[in-house]
Amino acid sequence: MIKEIMRNKTLFLMIAPTLLFFVLFSYIPMVGVYYAFTKFDFDGGLFGSEFIGMQNFAFLYKSGILWNLTKNTVLYNIAFIIVGNVMQIVCAVFLAQLSSKFFKKTAQSIMFLPYFLSWVLVGAFVFNLFSDLGVVNTVLKQIGLQPYDFYIETAPWKYIIVFFHIWKGIGYGTVIYLAAIMSISDEYYEAAKIDGANIFQQIRSITLPLLMPTFILLILFSLGGILKGQFDLFYQIIGNNGMLYEATDIIDTYVFRSLTINFDIGMGTAAGLYQSFFGFVLIMTVNYIIRKTREEYALF
Amino acid sequence: MSSNRQTMPQQSTPSYKVTRIKADSATITFNVIGYSMLTVLSLICLIPFWLIVSGSFTDELEIIAEGFKLFPNALSFEAYKSVFSNPEQIYRAYGVTIGVTVAGSLLGLLVTSMAGYVLSRKDFVYRNKLSFFIYFTTLFSGGLIPWYIMMTKHLGLKDSYWALILPPLVSAWNIILMRSFMKSIPDSIVESAKIDGAGDFRIYWKLIMPLSTPGLATIGLFLALGYWNDWFNANVFITSGDKYPLQFLLYKILSSAAVLQTNNGAYLAANIVPPTETLKMAVAVVATGPVILFYPFVQRYFVKGLTIGAVKG
Repeated sequence: MIKEIMRNKTLFLMIAPTLLFFVLFSYIPMVGVYYAFTKFDFDGGLFGSEFIGMQNFAFLYKSGILWNLTKNTVLYNIAFIIVGNVMQIVCAVFLAQLSSKFFKKTAQSIMFLPYFLSWVLVGAFVFNLFSDLGVVNTVLKQIGLQPYDFYIETAPWKYIIVFFHIWKGIGYGTVIYLAAIMSISDEYYEAAKIDGANIFQQIRSITLPLLMPTFILLILFSLGGILKGQFDLFYQIIGNNGMLYEATDIIDTYVFRSLTINFDIGMGTAAGLYQSFFGFVLIMTVNYIIRKTREEYALF
Repeated sequence: MSSNRQTMPQQSTPSYKVTRIKADSATITFNVIGYSMLTVLSLICLIPFWLIVSGSFTDELEIIAEGFKLFPNALSFEAYKSVFSNPEQIYRAYGVTIGVTVAGSLLGLLVTSMAGYVLSRKDFVYRNKLSFFIYFTTLFSGGLIPWYIMMTKHLGLKDSYWALILPPLVSAWNIILMRSFMKSIPDSIVESAKIDGAGDFRIYWKLIMPLSTPGLATIGLFLALGYWNDWFNANVFITSGDKYPLQFLLYKILSSAAVLQTNNGAYLAANIVPPTETLKMAVAVVATGPVILFYPFVQRYFVKGLTIGAVKG
């Protein structure tokens, strides 16, 4: 090994900053999951804190927090995956077949735009739409209905969160599915046209079946990340509004609050480790399935 | 679906004309659905922007009396006058964001391209092991808190500009993307340069980099966008107001945790309601403007990066 390093000194030096980066910001923090098994003591640091075994996990489990967080994280992700992929496929199918180049280009550009904006701006949209003085309440008042206090009702936020997730990602997914549709050979469509198949029949028997592999692959990878929550989305829309936690708190927002508000380092690290560990198990499982069925698409 | 099947036998009748007309009517239906659905979706994508812009040009009193609406009764520039009445804070945040974006993107591009180049070299024995070392970080992580403690306690980066530059600097995905861009460069170029006696770094800098400009543009723009839109790192690490990047300042103003320093005292003296709700919208416009302006020119690079990245690296 040392001989190899000496021989390719320049190459090793060139990749050294990257390796140092991951050692510092990924691998050493992995050791820090030890905090999950301690009662954190700031002065004591990593090994000066009292070891308490699985007590943090036991508390998270018994208090029902873990179940609520897991349920929210998983259910939101399932909604994102299903609604998102269906919308993206529908958009891609129509975009691929419509004849006006100008329209296609414009629609695609507009739908891709939200992907480029910061989540803070999404927070501004939510404020503009749903605050006491928001557009929704203005409209409700104009048509003679009572204004709605969004900040104490959990029900609408589920839909608002899913809506903005779809809204921000629709252009991105459409681009990917569109690329998959474009790679389908024109010959299939020509042959179908000669046989007299109309456009719906072509989509049903050519486009959709040939999109299936991409669809399944994307779904599987998404399922691998089903325990990962999108912190930006939830935090910018809900923020620290405790009234809404029951329906909107995910693992990531809980860990964040443990760090910044409750200063409960041990508990927060435990929740984070739970997420990382089962996330790892999930992605390994997904990869195993893909490797068994469609080896060329496996991650590793 | 079943009705479709029932019409199938009719279509196989020898009359060419009937089939043709049927196909056309299906195409018309398809077009009507397609154009109207995509138009509606595009409008839904645009409406929030319109709301912010129209909100920023509304009179504060109108908002207090009637709330935000799609079309204000009268145009008002008070919110913008207020934002720029004492613009130092906004300019300062712009400066921080531009500085961090430029420094981070250039440094990130250098580090990422060097790593991508090394991993794309087929004669580099450890390329698979090191690729996995990098890739593994996307599979498992210590979580937010151990990372935060590393950044603040052990590296002392609390309230430092480095806390804004370092976290988004290198990502496994960017390296994998860079590697697949560079793999498409023929090996013969590296080999012939080696025969001519060029060193590894020289080959990278003089040959590979110029040939990789599309990849560099894509990844550079991904990095720049990430830095421009980043508010999270400021949220956890930055404590002093003069180091706030633009998005974080906007976040603070929206959540009313920070009040933009304006000449609103003059309003109070004159007994006029100072813009606060409209001010939030005006700051949102000012903070987002550059991204919207650049967007038409850079969009194609993103599309390219996505379609390459979607295929396995």
